[in-house]
Amino acid sequence: MRFFAWGRFVAMVVKEFTQMRRDRMTFAMMIGLPLVQLVIFGFAINMDPKHLPAAAIVADASPFGRSILGAMENSGYFAVTHLATSEAEADDWLQRGKVQFVVSIPADFSRALLRGERPAILVEADATDPSATSNAIAALEGLNRTALQHDLVGGLAGLKSGPPPFEVRIHRRYNPEGSTQYNVVPGLIGVILTMTMVIMTALAVTRERERGTMEALLATPVSPLEVLIGKIVPYILVGFIQVTIVFVVARLLFDVPMLGSSIVFGAVVLLFIAANLAVGITFSTVARNQLQAMQMAIFFFLPSIMLSGFVFPFRGMPTWAQAIGEVLPLTHFLRIVRGVMLKGTEWTHVMPDVWPLAAFLLVAVTIALARYRRTLD
Amino acid sequence: MAEVAPEDLVIDVRGLTKRFGDRTVVRDVALRVRRGEIFGFLGPNGSGKTTTIRMLCGLLEPSAGEGQCIGYDIRRDTAAIKRQVGYMTQRFSLYEDLTIRENLAFIARLYGMRGRRAAVDRTLERLGLTARQHQPAGQLSGGWKQRLALASCVMHEPKLLLLDEPTAGVDPKARREFWDEIHALAHGGLTVLVSTHYMDEAERCHRIGYIFNGRLLTEGSVADVVRDSGLVTWSVEGASLAPLRARLSGRAGIDMVVPFGAVLHVAGSDEARLAAAIAPFRDDPLLRWTRSPATLEDVFIRLMSAANGEGARP
Repeated sequence: MRFFAWGRFVAMVVKEFTQMRRDRMTFAMMIGLPLVQLVIFGFAINMDPKHLPAAAIVADASPFGRSILGAMENSGYFAVTHLATSEAEADDWLQRGKVQFVVSIPADFSRALLRGERPAILVEADATDPSATSNAIAALEGLNRTALQHDLVGGLAGLKSGPPPFEVRIHRRYNPEGSTQYNVVPGLIGVILTMTMVIMTALAVTRERERGTMEALLATPVSPLEVLIGKIVPYILVGFIQVTIVFVVARLLFDVPMLGSSIVFGAVVLLFIAANLAVGITFSTVARNQLQAMQMAIFFFLPSIMLSGFVFPFRGMPTWAQAIGEVLPLTHFLRIVRGVMLKGTEWTHVMPDVWPLAAFLLVAVTIALARYRRTLD
Repeated sequence: MAEVAPEDLVIDVRGLTKRFGDRTVVRDVALRVRRGEIFGFLGPNGSGKTTTIRMLCGLLEPSAGEGQCIGYDIRRDTAAIKRQVGYMTQRFSLYEDLTIRENLAFIARLYGMRGRRAAVDRTLERLGLTARQHQPAGQLSGGWKQRLALASCVMHEPKLLLLDEPTAGVDPKARREFWDEIHALAHGGLTVLVSTHYMDEAERCHRIGYIFNGRLLTEGSVADVVRDSGLVTWSVEGASLAPLRARLSGRAGIDMVVPFGAVLHVAGSDEARLAAAIAPFRDDPLLRWTRSPATLEDVFIRLMSAANGEGARP
């Protein structure tokens, strides 16, 4: 008996490949996952987001203001998409996440400029995601020297020499210190919930079927709905415990604020948990065994992390990737939770992200129930 | 069985058919099982035994056919049927990571039993598992698992017990004890429908049915089934049976030649033609011929080959 025989080794390898080929789902995952990753990393992810939407409050209608805004747009990082008539309006947009920046040009800007008083413009940034805004803010550096190059000619040329003709004041709103934890910790709540809820439910139902206990269960008076709800409720509780742990640790360790309402927060967490559970159940009705259920969960988890704005700035992604991201529950959950915790966002303002979550839940539950019922026959 | 009053029938179904897509798994099965009877459901793997049982206990909806089970309509009243049927699946279907006691308590809860703790205690006592009640069910041996599964099926005192190959993979001693238990239950008035591969188990049933390719080919007591087959059997002992088998097979009048250890069973459906077929070999001094009663296995093999269209009556 030799320690290693080529023939026996080949037999093992051939058998393994045959089984791999039989399990189409695993095979598809092995080919599909690298491709998905390649596409996401290669095309979708952009650590240097540009053309970030900005609102402008122009209280001083002069060519100088226009030139400054133009210079900001020319940097490639800003796109002035909204013109606000009041500060309150612009503030509202910033809080809803409609714009990433608000640029204010004060009323007597041109007069003060001409007098050589070096007036200031104010750039407020939504700094909840520091990595999304930092490059844009860096691009403002030196803007006060170059922006008015073409306006300061003739008698005004004198202003070009000496100190810059105006100042740029930067306000990092919601996260003045640019702390990454502020952004990551609320996001982590969503990521942890996605992982636990989808994987746990997908496995829990599949395990019951794989071990043959499902059949015996359904031969008893217990109804399919009772089985389903009975299996899910414990995981909802686990989900809430997880959220509580992350939340408390975030406050104690990282000082992440909770400015908004805990009720809004709790309600959104519940909605999000439900959406993920529905996904998990759908997977469990498709998967033939626990391995497949696990793979499907990963297939859902990966884009959720990459395309939701958790790791990489959402606005940096191309349109198609943003479109996919808009479908994923995590994307909307992140926006709501960051809003509620860091900006103190109220019900009315999170609604635009609650609807997509609710719609996702509805569709997922419909599919899950339809499929779940069919697997019994 | 025409003389049986309908209220004495625990199972009474007609035309039971189940199709999965364009595959028909059970065709036109009619089944009548009396109260207190042990009915053996025989047939090879994939013949439709499990599917039939699942239709009887309301797990599957029949594609066609109708009937009642413990007095309830098998299509409409599945919830009522489930409450009064004990169904033991082919695979061990208790939770291996729960203890014996936890498993029983769970089942008792599902059936909404009153006095759960007492019922679980009684069951553990009767099984002799009281000392091991806190062991995970997965640690039990095959025979014990089978007994536990049976106990969990009868704890809610069902009127009908459906057992799907309960003794597959269980050693002979445990098998015998299991059957003693089934007889004790039937004696107490419980009706039992049990599917099996084992011929010796078939002999322990009051009546049997043989299903093949989804069709119920025969039904009755073991003696009835053997008699109805009209099979005439000779057994032959002696040296060099293998060449003899080859020479006998296919002769007109001989339906089948089956080796049973040191004996060869030669069977046909027409006594005279069979006698004629074996006549040339009767005088061989090395062979000893005896007329023997057909065994159940002979009958089933014959039914199978007849249904397959081979070895049919000429």
